[in-house]
Amino acid sequence: MKQSPLFALLAEFERVEELRSAAERVRDEGYTQFEAYAPFPVAGLAEAIGFHTVLLPMAVLGGGIFGCVAGFLLQYYVAVIAYPINIGGRPLNSWPAFIPITFETTVLCASLTAVLGMLAFNGLPRPHHPLFAVPAFRRATRDRFFIAVASSDPKFESESTRRFLQGLNPSEVHDVPR
Amino acid sequence: MIPHDLDTTLRRLQRRALLVGCAALACCLAAAAAAPGQFFRSYLVGFVYCAGFPLGALAVLMVHHLVGGAWGHLTRRFLEASTRTLPVLTLLFMPVAIGTRWLYPWTDAAAVGSDALLRHKALWLNFPFFIGRAAFYFAVWWTLAWVLNRWSARQDRTGDPALLDRFASLSAAGLVVFALTGSFAAFDWLMSTEPKWFSTIYGAMVAMGWMLAALAFTVIVAHYLSDREPVRSAADEQSFNDLGNLMLAFLMLWTYMALSQFLLIWSANLPEEIEWYLLRFSGSWLAVAISLPVFHYLVPFLALLSRPLKRCAPALVKVAGLLLVMRLVDNYWLIAPVYAHGGVHAHWMDALCPIGICGLWLAAFCWQLRQMPLIPLHDQEPETAQHEVPAHG
Repeated sequence: MKQSPLFALLAEFERVEELRSAAERVRDEGYTQFEAYAPFPVAGLAEAIGFHTVLLPMAVLGGGIFGCVAGFLLQYYVAVIAYPINIGGRPLNSWPAFIPITFETTVLCASLTAVLGMLAFNGLPRPHHPLFAVPAFRRATRDRFFIAVASSDPKFESESTRRFLQGLNPSEVHDVPR
Repeated sequence: MIPHDLDTTLRRLQRRALLVGCAALACCLAAAAAAPGQFFRSYLVGFVYCAGFPLGALAVLMVHHLVGGAWGHLTRRFLEASTRTLPVLTLLFMPVAIGTRWLYPWTDAAAVGSDALLRHKALWLNFPFFIGRAAFYFAVWWTLAWVLNRWSARQDRTGDPALLDRFASLSAAGLVVFALTGSFAAFDWLMSTEPKWFSTIYGAMVAMGWMLAALAFTVIVAHYLSDREPVRSAADEQSFNDLGNLMLAFLMLWTYMALSQFLLIWSANLPEEIEWYLLRFSGSWLAVAISLPVFHYLVPFLALLSRPLKRCAPALVKVAGLLLVMRLVDNYWLIAPVYAHGGVHAHWMDALCPIGICGLWLAAFCWQLRQMPLIPLHDQEPETAQHEVPAHG
């Protein structure tokens, strides 16, 4: 398969409403490998680019369950097996007393999974990205809105994709080299 | 004030609730002559359960005035209508006041006279002061509800933006006042059924249960009315998402308080404290006790973790319904073991009294709901009411 010399095509918009409607049209056109960039959170943009979050919530749930079980077993091991002490005649397995720590380890593992999972699924840390080669893209953190359609998209074909993006009335369409 | 067809629907519901409520309470009253003790015990469970709807609504309403959010735009009028039923709740309190000598051991002069601890507590636990305190709590709650509703009506007329600050200031002070009065009301009405036992977090736990019940009820009302305007356009997925998150937070707070009380008393294992749990774990009460962490915490907690569920109103309503049932079970478990040692002695009035009280209350709620537009006309500016960052939870 011939590899495209481009990494992506980048459409630049001046207004947030244009970004949202353009994103919906790119999605409806059948593209899947595309990304939207805005300097602030835009309500409804995640839905507009057809973003489905499945992996991270499941990973956080898994992290939480792991923290819950591991936290309880740690206390059980310490209090019952490794170092059993009679404290005021209470049972060695004083499970009500273990609940606060179990809760804390659940939250700890779930939130660590959330932070680390977010970084991992986003491919971070990443010192360089091909989009940085486009000077105009710097304004994505200030006052411009962008949609990048990656050349890895099965529907990507540089000329027809460029014509399609032009049809969305962007202020400009940039080539993003590899 | 509200669309004609909706008014008809609410009027019909109001009539039915009134009919069911009156019939159920009439049955109980007829039996009360023969078994006054049983009647007042069942009545107390029903009253404390029902008190959660207006009192919890008052607290949730003030929370909304303090923190804002579009969920409040959707639910504010339901909460306000609920707080306007406080006079009805005061009337419903009367049988509790009449039945003190069947409910509270500290009313028995002989028992108090022979017990040094009860004699010592008689300064607080005596009939005139008990009634006086109840009158004071109701007066405070009435005042808060009256002012908040009056300002809300003025906001509908004038849209005066200065009211937003006044709502927030009053609610900040009002929540502190509510925490104190709600807590002490729980000490008086519930905890003093066992006058020797004490737990400082008990009042907060009961008040939190009230807020949870009120929120669950509000979710159900919002969904019930959301098939027609004006509620339809306010009842978006994000608002139910927020309400679900809030329900999860209240649920965890309630669990935290209930667990804290259990953990401290279980760890200390002191005779004068632990007997409260021994009583409530004895015989078939243990099954009721175990149902609480399972169905009042674990099941709704796991359900409310799911974002898709919170955004789907019919599913959220199921969770709210479960919580409303479990609130009654919790209240029953708090009160009934005092009079039924060793196991559950269910009586038909235990079911009929709550139905009667809640029926009357629901009729009052529907009547008040019809008095004002179902969605505030001049809420805070749309920008602040919108959900700016949709990604949370």
